[in-house]
Amino acid sequence: MPKTTNGRVKVAGALASVGILAGACGNSAGTSKTAGSTIASSPSSTASAASSNGPINLSIWTAFNGTLGQTFNHLVDEFNSSQSTYHVTATYKGSYSQVLSDTIAAFRAHDAPNITQIFDAGTATIMDAAGTYEPVYKLMAQNNIPFATSDFVGGAASYYETSSNHLDSLPFNSSTPVLFYNKTELANAGITSPPTTWTQLQADADTLSAHGQHCALTSSGAYVMWTDMEQFALWNGYPYATNDNGYTAVNGVKLQIDTAPFISHLSMLGQMASKGQYLWNGVSTSTVPLFTNGTCAMYEQSSADLSTIQAGAKFPFGVSELPVVSGDAAAPQNTVVGGASLWVMAGAASDTYPGDAKFLAFLMSAQSQAYWASNTGYVPVTNAASTLLTSQNFYATHPNDQVAVKELNNKRALPTTRGIRLGYLPEIRQAEASAIANVLSGKQTAAAALATAQSQGDSILSQFASQYGG
Amino acid sequence: MALVEADSSLRSSAERPGGEEGASRVRSVRGAPFSRGGVGRRARRPGGTDPVSGAVFPHRLLPFVLMLPELAVVGIFFLWPSAEGVLESVRESNAFGLGSRFAGLANFRAALSGGYLQALEVTVVFTVITTVASMGLGLLIAVQVEQVGRFKGFYRTLFVWSYAVPGAVAGSIWLFLFEPHVGPGARFLGALGLHWNFALSGTQAFALICAMTVWQQTAYDFVFFSAGLQAVPQDVVEAATVDGAGALRRFWRIVFPLLGPTTLFVVVMDVLAALFGSFAVIDVISQGGPGGSTTTLVYALYRDGFQNGDVGLAGAETVLLFIIAGVLLAVQFRVINRRVHYR
Repeated sequence: MPKTTNGRVKVAGALASVGILAGACGNSAGTSKTAGSTIASSPSSTASAASSNGPINLSIWTAFNGTLGQTFNHLVDEFNSSQSTYHVTATYKGSYSQVLSDTIAAFRAHDAPNITQIFDAGTATIMDAAGTYEPVYKLMAQNNIPFATSDFVGGAASYYETSSNHLDSLPFNSSTPVLFYNKTELANAGITSPPTTWTQLQADADTLSAHGQHCALTSSGAYVMWTDMEQFALWNGYPYATNDNGYTAVNGVKLQIDTAPFISHLSMLGQMASKGQYLWNGVSTSTVPLFTNGTCAMYEQSSADLSTIQAGAKFPFGVSELPVVSGDAAAPQNTVVGGASLWVMAGAASDTYPGDAKFLAFLMSAQSQAYWASNTGYVPVTNAASTLLTSQNFYATHPNDQVAVKELNNKRALPTTRGIRLGYLPEIRQAEASAIANVLSGKQTAAAALATAQSQGDSILSQFASQYGG
Repeated sequence: MALVEADSSLRSSAERPGGEEGASRVRSVRGAPFSRGGVGRRARRPGGTDPVSGAVFPHRLLPFVLMLPELAVVGIFFLWPSAEGVLESVRESNAFGLGSRFAGLANFRAALSGGYLQALEVTVVFTVITTVASMGLGLLIAVQVEQVGRFKGFYRTLFVWSYAVPGAVAGSIWLFLFEPHVGPGARFLGALGLHWNFALSGTQAFALICAMTVWQQTAYDFVFFSAGLQAVPQDVVEAATVDGAGALRRFWRIVFPLLGPTTLFVVVMDVLAALFGSFAVIDVISQGGPGGSTTTLVYALYRDGFQNGDVGLAGAETVLLFIIAGVLLAVQFRVINRRVHYR
C-alpha cells in the first residue's frame, strides 16, 4: 500500500475515533435534552395509568442506605399501609452528590422522581432554579395542610428558608457536627473532661501523645469542609461569604475564607497533622474506623453518625459540643443543620401532588420525626417532635443525642449564622477539600491554600451568578 | 484509524500463530517460514492496493446503499452528539437546563481560567510517562519472550493477563493493595521508609495512577510488539548476523526500524488510552484528587459536566479536548510517518 494514502487513511480514522470518544462525553449535554422532548409526557402517562387500576405511584430518591435506609423504609412502609390511594417507593441513589446529579439528569430528561432528597450544599443550586420544583409551602396550602416555617426548629428553618421566610422544601434529615471522644483514652491520659476550646484541644493532644496516644483528632472524611470550615465559621460567629453567606443575593457574592480565623484554624490542623495528632485521608476515605478502632481519641463528626459509632465502638465514648476558638467572646454562637431536605419536583402528573403533600405531612408529623430522631442520630426538625421526645424523657436517657439539639439552639441565629447559601457549593467544597489536603500534607501553607480556594470559589460563584442570576 | 490499524495488525498476527507454534521449531533448522510468509504478503499486495477499481458495481446507488449503515452509525453516534456538544459550549443555562441562552465564548473563558490548565499539565505529564514507560516495557518483554524457547505461550499468557482485567476492577485491586493503613503494598513502601498516603499526597496519587496504567498498557503494547516481531523477516536478521552485527546492533538497526508501523500504532493507542482510557482507574482510586493532582482533562470534563451539572462548561472542555487530541494525532502521524518504513 502506498505510504501516503495509508497515512491519510489513518489520520482521518484517528480523528474519527477521537471524535467518537469526545462526542460520547459531550452528548450528555445534548441528547438528554432532545430525548426529553420526545418522552416529555411519559411521567404523566405512567402515573395516570397507575391511578386507573390501583394506587398512584410516587417515587422518592434518597441517599439513605444501610441502617438509615431501613429506618427510612420503615416510615415509607408505615405511610403506604396507612392509606391506599398512594404508594411510595423509595430508591437509594448513592451519595448526596449522586442524588443531586441524578436528579438534574432526570429532570433534563423529563423523567424526574416525584420527590428528591437534596443535601444542604445543593440547596441553592435547586432553590434558585425556579420552575424545577413545586415550593412545599405552596403545595401544603393548596392541599389545606397546616404548614408554617415556625413549626420547625430554629436551625432547620433558618437553613432552608427563602429570603421571604418560606420553606420551598421540607427540612428532613438534619444533623450538626459534634465532638465524639473516647472516654477510655482520655482517662488514660488523665484528661477528665473533653476540650471546650481549640487551644485546650491542642494541649490535650500533646498530653495524649505523651501517653502514647498519637492521634488525638480526626474529622469527617467526606465533609471535613463542612465541619472545619462551614460549621466552624457559624459556631464561632465568623462570616463565610458576603451578602450574609449568600442568603440575600446571587450576584456578586464572594467567599470570605481567606481570612485570619480560617487560616489559623487550618494551620493548627496542619501542625497537628505534621505531628500525627490529626488524621484525615481525603474526601473518599471514611474516618469513622479511625475513631471506632481507637486510632484517634476524638472525632469531629455529624451527630447523624451516632448510631454507626455506637455500633462500631468497643469502648465507652461521650459526645460534647464542638470546641470554640479561645478568646472569641461571641463564641459559641450556633451551628446549623446539615443533611438534606425533600423537594417536590415539577412536571409530574397533577394527581400525584396531593399524594406528595400527604407523604411530606406524614414525614413531618411528631410521631414520624420522633421515630426518625430516636432511631438515628438526626435531630427532630419540628418543635412538636422535639417536645414529644422531651416528654418521653428521651433526652434524659440519651444525653449524647441532646448535644446536637443544644448546639443548634445555642443562641438565636444572626444574619451571618443562618447557614451557608451558596450556588454550586458542592464545587466550592471540592476546592476547599483540595486546600485542606494540601495543608495537611505540608504542600502549601494554610494562607496560600485558602487564597487558592477563595479565588477558585469566587469564580465558581460568578459562574453560578451568570447562569442563575441573569 | 484505531480500527483500521488494529484490524490489520490483528490479522497479521492471527494469520500466523497457528503455523507459528509448529514453525518455531522448524525455523531454527531452515529459517524459511517467515521469508515465505513475506513473499506471500508481497504476492497478495498488488491485488490489495486498489480493490475498488477492480470491483464492478452494477448500479451507481448501490455503493451508497452499502455505506448507509456505517454513515448512519457515524451520523447518529458521532456527528449529532458532537454537534450538540459544540452547541452547548456556546450556551449557558442553570444546572437543570432552564434559562438557556447564548453565551458567546464565556464557557471557554471559564474553562481556561479554572483548573483546566492544571488538568492539561497533569494530562501531558501523565500521557508522556505512561506512553514511554509502557512502550519501553512492552517492547522489552516482547523481545525477551521471543527468545524464550519452550514456555513462550505460558509467558505470553502471563504478560497479556493484566490487560484482560477491566480498569475499574484493576483499580479496586490496586486500591486495596495500596490502601494507606492496611494495604500490603503500602506496608511494603512503609518498610522502605516511605511515608505512603496517596489520599493526601498528590505526587503519590499521581504515581499510583501512572503505575497502574503502565501495568495495564504494557500488556497491550506487549501483544502488538509480539505480533510485530513475528513479522520481522528472519532472513534479514540472519544476514546481519552473518555480517557480524551484535545482538544490540541487530535490534536497533534492523528489528526496531522494521517494527515502525507497530510502534506508530502503539504510540497512538497509548496516547489515546492515556487521554481517554484512564478515567475508570482515576475514578476508582483518587477521584481526581488530592488537590487536582490526578484530574486529567477527561476527568475534569466528567466532574464539571456530570457531577457539577455545568453542561456549558463541559461542552467547552469537550471542544478543547477534541482540538487537542486531533492536533496531537495529526502531528504524530506527520512526524512519525516520515520515519516509518512500511514494507
